[in-house]
Amino acid sequence: MTQSYDVIIIGAGIVGAMTARFLSKYDLNILWIEKEADIGMGTSSANSALVHAGYNALPGTNKALTNARAVEMWPQLSQQLGIPYQRTGDYVVAVSEADRATLEDLQARGQANGVPGMEIIDGEVMRQREPLIRPDTVAALWVPTGGMGDPFAATVAAAENAVMNGVELRLNTAFEDFIFNCSTITGVRTNQGDFHCRWSVNAAGLYADEIMHKAGVRPEFQIKPRRGEYVILDKAEFQLTQPTILFPTPTEKGKGILVTSTLHGNVIVGPNANFVDSKENKDVTQVGIQEIWSGGKKLVPAINRKHIIAQFAGLRATGNAPTPDSEIDYDQDFIIEIPEEVQGLVNLGGIESPGFTSAPAIALRVIELLENAGESLTEKPDWNPVRVPRPVFRHLSRDEQAALIAKDPAYGRIVCRCENVTEGEIRAEIHAPIPADTYDALKRRTWLGAGRCQGGFDMPRVVGILSEELGLTPEEVTKKGAGSPFLFRKTKDVEHDHLTVQELL
Amino acid sequence: MKHTYDVIVIGSGPGGLAAAIAAKEHGAEDVLIIERDIELGGILVQCIHNGFGLELFDEDMPGPTYVQHFIEKAKGHGVDTLMDTYVMEITPNRKVFAINKDQGYIELAARSLVLAMGCRERTRAQIMLPGSRPAGVYTAGTAQRFVNVEGRMPGERFVILGSGDIGMIMARRLTIEGAKVERVLEIMPYLTGLTRNYVQCLLDYGITLQKQRTIHRIIGNDRVEAIEAVSVDENWNPIPGTKEDIPCDTLLLSVGLIPENELSKKAGVLLDPVTNGPFVDDQFMTSVPGIFAAGNVVHVYDLVDWVTEAGYVAGEGAAKYAKAQKVSEGEAVPLEAGENIRYVVPHKINKDNLGEELIRLQMRAINPIEERVLVTVENQDGEVVAKKGEPYARPGEILSLAIKPKAFDAVQKAEKLTVHVRER
Repeated sequence: MTQSYDVIIIGAGIVGAMTARFLSKYDLNILWIEKEADIGMGTSSANSALVHAGYNALPGTNKALTNARAVEMWPQLSQQLGIPYQRTGDYVVAVSEADRATLEDLQARGQANGVPGMEIIDGEVMRQREPLIRPDTVAALWVPTGGMGDPFAATVAAAENAVMNGVELRLNTAFEDFIFNCSTITGVRTNQGDFHCRWSVNAAGLYADEIMHKAGVRPEFQIKPRRGEYVILDKAEFQLTQPTILFPTPTEKGKGILVTSTLHGNVIVGPNANFVDSKENKDVTQVGIQEIWSGGKKLVPAINRKHIIAQFAGLRATGNAPTPDSEIDYDQDFIIEIPEEVQGLVNLGGIESPGFTSAPAIALRVIELLENAGESLTEKPDWNPVRVPRPVFRHLSRDEQAALIAKDPAYGRIVCRCENVTEGEIRAEIHAPIPADTYDALKRRTWLGAGRCQGGFDMPRVVGILSEELGLTPEEVTKKGAGSPFLFRKTKDVEHDHLTVQELL
Repeated sequence: MKHTYDVIVIGSGPGGLAAAIAAKEHGAEDVLIIERDIELGGILVQCIHNGFGLELFDEDMPGPTYVQHFIEKAKGHGVDTLMDTYVMEITPNRKVFAINKDQGYIELAARSLVLAMGCRERTRAQIMLPGSRPAGVYTAGTAQRFVNVEGRMPGERFVILGSGDIGMIMARRLTIEGAKVERVLEIMPYLTGLTRNYVQCLLDYGITLQKQRTIHRIIGNDRVEAIEAVSVDENWNPIPGTKEDIPCDTLLLSVGLIPENELSKKAGVLLDPVTNGPFVDDQFMTSVPGIFAAGNVVHVYDLVDWVTEAGYVAGEGAAKYAKAQKVSEGEAVPLEAGENIRYVVPHKINKDNLGEELIRLQMRAINPIEERVLVTVENQDGEVVAKKGEPYARPGEILSLAIKPKAFDAVQKAEKLTVHVRER
């Protein structure tokens, strides 16, 4: 037996999450599928965590339009969904007259995109504002609307709000094919069975090309995964003078290697940009780390290798450059469309930077596309746009911490000692509307194991809590879903070939 | 529970226990140990192998037996304990803020404070280990906890990176539990742990150690599937043509320990960038008066017996400070690392402290010397104040030397003391 939905959203990254959240406002029966064990495990799990001001994209592109619109949305969204967001402003730093000219181009582009308040400041002023900046800085573009977000928290918050409002989320459910009736898509075939629908939304990130090809759309479009590597610095050891975002002057290769504060309190350095052959290749490499380190060191000479506590890599879902068959430069823009070749598909593709920033505006565009296609969307009277965040122990005052422990003693036990994550927070996430049931899911939500000891202390304890709360054996607890267990068996639980003393001797 | 203690000790490992016991024995009345775990003993609870107590008791004990001796002694002395309690912050004037499930937020004051938080393991990130991030990469101590405390096997087929002691001890432990240890790799040209562990844990079990060889890449997306090993030259550059994929499901890291001083920093305690622990005097008092440090929080020891001994010294100092019997405000003679010495602890000797008890110096060599060596403590004019012969000097094994009271006159007169280790 198959089930029938109004809309099926494919992919649970930030774009899928925002689409699900904004669509949940309407009287629609929505299924949301994700191949992984948790939401936000792809590109949304590893990026620069920035809410870009919007001066990079070419005016008039989807990137420019959604970015500008989304920057306006983020303050309210942050309030409604309890997503950390801080508008710190950002700087693009010039070290030569040629760089200064690029800053002027960027400023003009930003103005065309509607970015307010930009200003080119002297090197001297830049050095006053951030004394750690490289001493030969000649000028900087100051952009007050740049800011920091938290892609993990944002994906969880939007997803939770969607689920609260009736969206059905199915994890571990991999898209296999579309079901057609003539040229109309009437459903989705998955490894968990068939699901029928009137509309499908392709929000599959790195795999968006494969999915649109199954619909017969844009066969020339290919995602060329472009890896960005990062290092994270110990927050107790290194901070910028105040939380800010520092970019070098961009080149034709991209925005370059930045040094930025994050809302988790750590400074991060990265990313580089290298094409890789696999959509799962999130390796960090020696060469890559050297590349970003020398880039970061140029911008902020005071950074010290001794303070690196973690490295990670993420993949950008970059579209391909023009091919002999197609003039379209998919590297330049997002695909946001209802294609003409088939009916019943909203197609999103090539959502690389500024994808995290743009996600809420992309969601609004999806709604507009559906309306333009004749879908009459009626708002649900009981839609609740508010999702209340759960307490983060380390962000509370002493009095608030004491009150929280009095209410629930589990908040009185620190499980992750570097990031001060409590047992209460872990248990709350395991029982959240979208349960965190793997170690990495808990890490993304609570930041446990992300500190200087990288889980050395908390891991056995967290495996214990997961096993207890989920009724699993410790061997069934995983790092990130099927195939990633921590433990194999009990000790002593093995058949030895018993050797005789003679044999041993 | 009281609010003000003579001495509060943070951590109940061998250093903390010894400090609490010594504080009691030297006249501190109210002594409290704060422990974040649910039982006393620190890391020794999971160290079920033998080798403890040889120096202090002339007896070979497993870790839990060794530490139980001190747990009982501390209890017998009436040391208070606060278990399952996490210290959030300490201040330079020795206020302690902690939390636990039963009492919530706790604020305490101490006349003197002993830091005994121990150390943590270096991670794959700190040695910049490239590759993917699957399940199955553990520090050796975390794996040790899984096996010895939780009774669970974190893998079946292991590669161990680093010839540190915990890694070698785990190689034997896992083999006994029926797992296969494919290889122990060491990037340095020499062993970084104790020779006796190499013999008893690797040689006796037929486990291969390869020196000047490291990991080039971790392979596997969900769980470790293999590691790519490579040989390196003296500058750690990979040597072409030496790559090998070693199939395995687990990688253990035994690549060093770092004193755990995040709390110390909050109290303004100054740290030595070489040891990553506080600068201390001969009584293990840090740069903040009244705050002492005991054991691996100061520098990483190789034998627990020496941690206990250091804990005793720190506890005595803390008790004396608490009772204001003796506050060393006099002149101090600095101790410096000389030829082939990476560091010396303590960093200085307070001349006021020179009494009847010997002062033990602990040093690490920079380069191995595989023949008889002489460790000397020399004054500013190169005159030898104390010396000791050793059969060899190895970076993996701490050099220890006691300055005996008969040399205290020379220490009194010295402007500075420098420690060297040279071939004889």
